[in-house]
Formats: sequence, structure tokens, C-alpha cells
Amino acid sequence: MAANQPSIQFKSSIPFYRDERVIKAFAQVVSAVLIIGFVIWAILNFLDAAEARNMTLTFDFLEEAAGFPISNPPIEYEPDMTFGRAFLVGLVNTLLVSVTGIVAATILGTLVALARLSSNWLLSKIALAYIEFHRNIPLLVLLFIWYFSAFTQLPSVKESIIWPGIIINQRGFYLTWPRLTETGQPFAIASAIGILLAIILYSVLRRRREITGKDTYYGPISLAILIILPLIGWLLSDGTPFQLDVPFLKGFNYKGGLRLTPEFTAMFLGLAMYTAAFIAEVVRAGIQAVDRGQIEAARAVGLSTNQVLSLVIMPQALRIIIPPMISQYLNLTKNSSLALAIGFQEVFSVGKIAINQAGRAVPVFALVMLTYLSLSLFTSFVLNIYNRRIQFVSR
Amino acid sequence: MTSQQATQEVLRPPQPPGLIKWIRDNLFNSWFNSLLTVIFLPIVFFAVVNIIIWAFTVADWRAVTQFPMLYAVGQYPRDEVWRVGIGLSAIVFLLGASWGNWGGLLQSISIAFGIAFAVFAILPVQHDQLDLNMRLYLGGNVILLLLGYLIGRMKAVKGGHIVIGWGIVPFLAVFLLTGRRGSELLPDVATTLWGGLLVTFLLSAGGILLSFPIGVALALGRRSTLPVVKAFSTIFIETIRGVPLITILFMFSIILALFLPAESRIDRLVRALMAVTFFSAAYSAENVRGGLQAVPLGQIEAAKAVGMNGLQTMVFIVLPQAIRAVLPAIVGQFIALFKDTTLVVIVGINDLLGIGRSIINSDPEFVQLQLEVYLFIAIVYWIFSYLMSLASRRLEAALGVSTKL
Repeated sequence: MAANQPSIQFKSSIPFYRDERVIKAFAQVVSAVLIIGFVIWAILNFLDAAEARNMTLTFDFLEEAAGFPISNPPIEYEPDMTFGRAFLVGLVNTLLVSVTGIVAATILGTLVALARLSSNWLLSKIALAYIEFHRNIPLLVLLFIWYFSAFTQLPSVKESIIWPGIIINQRGFYLTWPRLTETGQPFAIASAIGILLAIILYSVLRRRREITGKDTYYGPISLAILIILPLIGWLLSDGTPFQLDVPFLKGFNYKGGLRLTPEFTAMFLGLAMYTAAFIAEVVRAGIQAVDRGQIEAARAVGLSTNQVLSLVIMPQALRIIIPPMISQYLNLTKNSSLALAIGFQEVFSVGKIAINQAGRAVPVFALVMLTYLSLSLFTSFVLNIYNRRIQFVSR
Repeated sequence: MTSQQATQEVLRPPQPPGLIKWIRDNLFNSWFNSLLTVIFLPIVFFAVVNIIIWAFTVADWRAVTQFPMLYAVGQYPRDEVWRVGIGLSAIVFLLGASWGNWGGLLQSISIAFGIAFAVFAILPVQHDQLDLNMRLYLGGNVILLLLGYLIGRMKAVKGGHIVIGWGIVPFLAVFLLTGRRGSELLPDVATTLWGGLLVTFLLSAGGILLSFPIGVALALGRRSTLPVVKAFSTIFIETIRGVPLITILFMFSIILALFLPAESRIDRLVRALMAVTFFSAAYSAENVRGGLQAVPLGQIEAAKAVGMNGLQTMVFIVLPQAIRAVLPAIVGQFIALFKDTTLVVIVGINDLLGIGRSIINSDPEFVQLQLEVYLFIAIVYWIFSYLMSLASRRLEAALGVSTKL
């Protein structure tokens, strides 16, 4: 209440049940009592249920043998390993499909957005059809179409579809993939250093360019390093540093190459293509939000088309694009839990198997939810740092 | 004189562009676009032709066309299906009345429904489930719709009456569908038998109607000056937004029972509805919060100045502006909820997608027809989602969201 009023008069004029401070305090106490009461009531109920059904509430089971198989684990796993290990396998699978999905969805989504904005009527309508198709159909239905009506109907190993660089059959997709040879070490190390150095030089020289205004040739210099260092590495390693690992038929199965299971591929394609439609809309909205006058002004001061795009449109569009993009990435990560429905074993599927084993429901569930929560928080934390860096500094 | 003639010359409306010019402007306006057109035109042409050929010759739609009732209501006992029919008719009648009273967007929706009913009523195919009774029922719905329209146009019928109708009918319909144990006329029908579009619509409509007020309450709670309320709302919203819907569904279908007294039992469908509702409420809350932030402080001060109390300010000044500002996002969330109801399949509820799956699994012959079944389901979802987004755009235009803000 206003402090400049005579306090005695004020007190006498308002009864306590209409005093805002009293009402607020009362409301606080009531809501706190209700919430805490409800929680205690639920916990008491749960303790009864736990006693009646002989449930565990500890996380000891993480040390126990899991006892269930996981098909095609990305890291070494046997059913007699611990449940903690099984959970880790699930986590790796979730991360694999999320990260590859995010990269693919971003690239595809940006391409679709550019197609949507194209002055070519046909291309724009194709992009529109793509976006409207994916945005109005539930992801689960799309996954079922991919997996049950396409990937489970793939030919047997004997009748594999063989395309250049890829072999497709029931057991998965076998890609021809470059692998380092034993003598390839110098090449790998040199390439890694080259990429790292190029990135550092690019950002340092570019900053100096922005500060001093003198051309530091950051583009050509970093590109040169990116090419020269791996080249030196290639020369240092005798023979070819890497060779193509071509899948070949051995007995009744293909060996070698990079094998993607049908489950992973369905999940990856479904997730990436679904999210790409949403990302396309985000990117399109961001680009369209840039004022036309900005582009005209940039042209007027003599920037080239490329410069207009990279110096004027993209920095402004990114500010608008990044926040909704973050939530699309989070959606993709969370949607990867739908893999349960098509038998790709990620965090949630592994958790569900463990829930079905007696008495573990609550701790397993807590673990699964905590995993997703921390994944979400971590992703949004990292991306929000990036977001803060590119936003306007308000003066 | 000559200058006036020249002006007339200039002001003559431009000729409508011819087809050739249109093609040149939109498909071949640069060498790059010409290249793209040359590449994509044959691809699109062959894709469309092949899809049409597949759909009419190769595809086998038996698994779709044989079971219209399964897709509509699931295992709901066939002797009791009239109850679903009455519920639907009541809603159709109310829709007609709303169309008569308000028009606008409701007119398009009503006409779309009317045409759909009429088409199925006179569909020239032989089908054992589309017998005379069914055709009469569908035709009757068209008449009910028109009757509702005429009643809605009457002076005596006010908007308030229709709103009350919308408030009562859903409860009556749910009561009609569940029935009562031991009743002669309305024997109870376990929700395990409900399925198909019926369940999809119940979950979506229930979820939308329940989640929105909860979402508004959470948004207000998050902006509350009371620390306890604010903390609770924030934790609730952020926790739910941080985990996938599927975990919430599992929590309600498996874990919830452990935290309730042993003797209490909540129906399976209700638990799924609760999960969908709370999940969607957290997202709606964030949308509404965005809208609340967009309302200028001056509006609230002005409302206080004319003597409104806190509740009045909120209901009459802040919320209408806040919700209008974020209407597209709210409708987008409703569409997402409609699509998300498919996840109940995973906890064993037979919604439209679940029925499709059980039909495929019911007969080894149908295992080869999965594409047809899932495509049919996809098309159904597509139509309803697309209609919702169209409605959203019309509503935005009517409220002037994009122009005024």
C-alpha cells in the first residue's frame, strides 16, 4: 500500500479480510497446504502400495543383471550385463537418432524453406505439398508407414536391392563407407588439427576484420589450412590413408560397410522428415521477417548478392529463427521416444522393459524422466548461450 | 488535350497475363529456374501418375472398405451403436443452430459436414454396412443440420441458449455412451470396447476443452506474485515440457494407480485423457503467457482507474487481448493435441490408429495391406488437421490478429 498515506487512518479504514497483504499471505498458505497435503497423501498411498506389492524404491537394480537382449546395440552389450549398461545402450541410441536427426532435419528443412521461397512456382508448390503433408499427419502414423509398410516389406538377403554404394534388404541398409587404414593415423591427426586450426583462425581473423576494418583474408587463409594440412598428412602416411569399406555377401548375410538397421533408418527418416517440415516453416518465417528495405539498402551501398545474404539477411533472420528452432530440436529429441512403437530400443523402450520386470516401476520411471529432462535442459542451455550471442545487444 | 489522352492511355488497366506469360514468369524466369523446372516437372508428373495408377489398380483397399463401423466406433456393441448415433446427431443439430445464429466460420464447417453426410448417404456402392437404415440416418443428419440452422435463425433463440446447449450436450453424450450398470435401456458399455474415430474425437475434444482453462490458470499462476503458486506452476510446466508425452501417458496409465488409494480405480480412457490434457495444458500455458506479456501495462492501469477489481481486469481486459494475440499458437497446440492422441495406441487404447493396427493383425491376408490402411488413416488425420488450420487462419483474419498487432 502507498507509504505516504497516514498509516493510522489507513489501518482503521480497511478491515483485515480486505487487506491485500493478509489476502495474499492467506492465499499462499492455503495453496501451500493444498499442494503439500496432496503430495503427502500421494506418498502415503504409495508407501502402502509399495508394501503390499513388495516394490523396490532404490536404484540398486542398476547393478543387477538386466537379463533382456537388445537388438543391434551400438555399444557392447550382453543380456548378462547390468541394467545400468542396458540403460546406457538406450541412451546412446537416443542420442544417435536425435543428433543425426537434428542435423538432417536442419539441412532438409532449410532446403525446403528455400524451395518454398523460390520464385519458381513448381518448386514452391512442391515444398508447400511437402510441408502440408508432414505437418498435418501424426508422427506415429508416418513412422508406421515408414516402418511397417515400407521397411518390413524389404526383400530377403538373397534378393537384396543392390544400388551403387548401398545394399538394401530385410536386415538393414549397408552403406559403402570410408574407413581409416592402419597407416592412416597421420592423415586423421593432420585432418583433425587442420579443421580445428581453420575454425580458430577463421573466427579470430574475422573478429579482427570486424574490429579494425582491414581485410585479413580470413576466408582464403582458413580454407588453405583446411586443404593443406590433411594433404600433408596424406603424404606422410604411406599408401592410402583410408579405403572404402564395401559390404560383401558372406554366407547368409552381408558383412562390412556401415550397417543401418531398418528400425534406426525408419526412425531417422521419419523424425528428420517430419521435423524438417516444421523447421522449414521456422526458417521461412525468419527470412520473410527481414525487412525488404534492409535488402534494398544493402544493394544500394553496393554489396554483392552473396554479401547481402551472408551479412544482411542471415544475421537478422537467425535472431528470429533460433528460438523456435531450439524448441524444434527439443521436440525431435523427445519424439525419438516414439521409437518404442517400432522396436528401436532407446531410453524409453529399455525403461519400459525394465518396468515390466517386477517392482521397479517407480525408480525406472524416475530415471527415464530425469534423463529426458536433463537432455532437454542441456540442449536448451547450450543453444540458449548461442542464442544470446547472436541477439541484438540492446543499448 | 493531348496530355489528357496520354493519361488515359497510361491508366488503362493492364491486360490479364496470358498462360504463356504466366509460364515464362513463374517457371522459366531465369536459367536456374528453367533448369529446376526441367528437372522437377517430369519427376512430379511421373510421381503423380504412378500414385494415381497405384491407388486405383494395384492398391487393395479391402482392409479399409470392409470395416467402416470398426474405424468409426471400434468394438462398441453393434446393438448399442444408436447411442453414438444420437450423440452425433445432437452435436450436428447444435452445429446447425450455431451456424444459424453466428454464421461466419461455422457456416463453412456446417456445410462441409452436411456435404460429407449427404455424399455418404447417396454413395452409389453396394456395402453391407451402408444399408438403408444407415443411409436414412446420414440423410436425417443433413435434415437435422438444416433444422438446427432454421431454429438458430429464429429471433427467440439467443446465443446464450446455444452456448448452454454446447455446455450440456457433451455431458449427456458421455452419459449416453457409458450407460449405467444394470439398466435395461442403457446397459453400461466398458470403455475398453470404445474405439476408432469415436475415441480419437473424445480424447481430442475433451483434451482441448479441459486443457485450455488449465493452461490459462497455469499461465496466470506462473505470473503470480505469490511465490508458492508461481513456483508450483513453473515446476509443473517445465517438467511436463521437458519430457515426451509418452512418459506422461505411461505415468498416468501405470504409475498413477500406485499413488492413489488402493480401492480407487480410474478408467483407462479417463487416465489417457488426463495425460493428454495435462501435457497440452503445459504448452498452452506457455502460449498464453506469451500473450499475457504482450498486453501493455497501460491497459491494466486503465482498468484499475475505471474501478475494476483484479478479477474483472483479468477476465474483461487482459485475457481477451492476451488470447487474441496468441490465437494462432493456441490453435496450433490444439492441432498438435489432435495428432498426439495417436500415442494412446502405445498404452493399448484403440483409437483410429489402434483400430487400423488390430485390423491388420486380425487377418494374415491384411499384413500385405499395411500401406493402404495407414495411408487411409493418414488421410483422415490430414483432413481434420488441415481443416483446423484453415479455420485458424479464417479466425485470425476475422479477429484482425495480424493487422492490429
